[in-house]
Amino acid sequence: MTKYGSNAHAIAALVREAEVHRDVYVDPEIFELEMEHLFPNSWVYVGHASQLSKPGDFITANIGRQPVLASRHTDGSIHVFYNRCPHKGVKIASEPCGNTGKFFRCPYHAWSFKTDGSLLAIPLKKGYEGTGFGDTQANEGLSKVKNVVIYRDFIFARLNDNGVSFEDYFGESLSTIDNMVDRSPEGKLAVMATPIRYMHTCNWKMLVENQTDTCHPMVAHESSAGTAVKVWKREQGDATETPMAVQLYGPFMSPYEFYEQSGIRIWPNGHGHTGVANSIHSNYSDVPGYLDQMVAAYGEKRAHEILGEVRHNTVYFPNIMVKGAVQILRNFIPIAVDRTLVESWVYRLVGAPDKLYERALMYNRFINAPTSIVGHDDLEMYERAQEGLKSNGNQWINLRRLYDGNEEQDVTAVINGTSERQMRNQFHAWAKFMTMDMDKHVEAAE
Amino acid sequence: MITENTIADFIYREAELLDTMQWQAWLDLFHPEGHYWMPLEWQQQDPVLQPSLMYEDLLLLKVRVERLAGERTFSQKPKSRCHHLLQAPRIVACDAVAGVFKARTSYIYTETRGDMLERYSGWASHEIVQVGDTLKIKLKRVDLVNFDAPFGNIQLFM
Repeated sequence: MTKYGSNAHAIAALVREAEVHRDVYVDPEIFELEMEHLFPNSWVYVGHASQLSKPGDFITANIGRQPVLASRHTDGSIHVFYNRCPHKGVKIASEPCGNTGKFFRCPYHAWSFKTDGSLLAIPLKKGYEGTGFGDTQANEGLSKVKNVVIYRDFIFARLNDNGVSFEDYFGESLSTIDNMVDRSPEGKLAVMATPIRYMHTCNWKMLVENQTDTCHPMVAHESSAGTAVKVWKREQGDATETPMAVQLYGPFMSPYEFYEQSGIRIWPNGHGHTGVANSIHSNYSDVPGYLDQMVAAYGEKRAHEILGEVRHNTVYFPNIMVKGAVQILRNFIPIAVDRTLVESWVYRLVGAPDKLYERALMYNRFINAPTSIVGHDDLEMYERAQEGLKSNGNQWINLRRLYDGNEEQDVTAVINGTSERQMRNQFHAWAKFMTMDMDKHVEAAE
Repeated sequence: MITENTIADFIYREAELLDTMQWQAWLDLFHPEGHYWMPLEWQQQDPVLQPSLMYEDLLLLKVRVERLAGERTFSQKPKSRCHHLLQAPRIVACDAVAGVFKARTSYIYTETRGDMLERYSGWASHEIVQVGDTLKIKLKRVDLVNFDAPFGNIQLFM
């Protein structure tokens, strides 16, 4: 018996104005419904075009449960397919990335496909003559994901045919991606290496929420960031310059007032970011030569505008976070109701000094690695939440901080930086995209 | 006189300090400019402009050690423990005149916390220098066989 399947009302009832029911984190059925509805209805990040620099280059990914494959065709175009052979369903590509040459070849029966997905050849083709094969879907080659948008080299896809357009879905929130790309003097980012991967035994939404939770760093990260600051104060001796490492750790220990004033901006469809006025990334040392490069590329005024934008974490609903000031994207990949794979990517600013890439890589291993002490603090909290939510003492999660009874949904606003508004915003979007293609079922049932 | 046996003993001793959680004594084995490095790529050459799981100097290692005992280090309640099973180190360089020693040691490492037990396999490469009468670690490089796997928390030292 299913409790939530095809029941849009029951799902919507899990999200109140400023509370959510624990089932959104712990119920396996809800997780399966997210895979079936939420992810296919959303625009999901697949990869970066720089990973597909040459014809024949490919990357693989999952959207919800569904394996997809993106490739660069001979004419330079990028295509996204379902990663399955139209014959027996075998996955065409099994590695995270690679180059397939001129065509993809299924390892089972050697059906082959051009890098735009069209069917190239089948061995013993004669055996299909007169069988009506030409009228089958298999004859069309690899099934294409129709809704694909490449925005400034970021590849997004929506699996369901119908839904919100890319422009309406992201709207102004794309300004964070713009700013990250503009930080390159050449207006270009490049993926140079594999991501850091980190397995979290918790629900994927806990990670997404934590990206705009500004009331936890000074508490949960006292052990890591606080200790780093303490040890440095004791050991610094005659040092005149704070090491890059301490500059990266230190701001996590900023007081509540800092986060309150830095602000949160929300956008429709569940997107939002912390660090509007300033952020934990505001006060890093200048990298020699970089500002001059930016001024030469963009002019004095624009260069300062770009570098003056130091947003902290931008959540792109449902499951990525972009950190423009250190060129990082974290992808929270749902595996099971209590299992999430986190892939943390670093982009290199093309044409910028090495020091910026060094800093981004350092930030990524300090904060986002399984060997990161800051990561240990967070994961410990998620695991305890995943356990604690089994308690029947209270089945609701409270998101009432700075809640205003007249709060409108799906608007753009800048608010107090310690508000839980962005979490409410995400859950509003969650209910919307979960049930978007369910209404018919509800009517039929009633 | 530093011999190959001295180097091997030093490496066994280092693992023993970790297994018995004598963190401060372990830190004392490091040269002031020493580093602990866990690459994220196969046969990685550059710890700075290629991604790593860890690349930490003595200051950062001190932060880790101090954190392990912190009252608000919630990820160490309960505490982790570890065990190193080392193959005999292969001494790659033993130049007592220049004071330069290198060894490569294959190992299986176990880290446990609460009811969890995780096992890792890899190779430790030590670059050791002589300072007065003592040996100091200039670089300890830890290459996991599955460096690219998605691990959970790795809280102690391999």
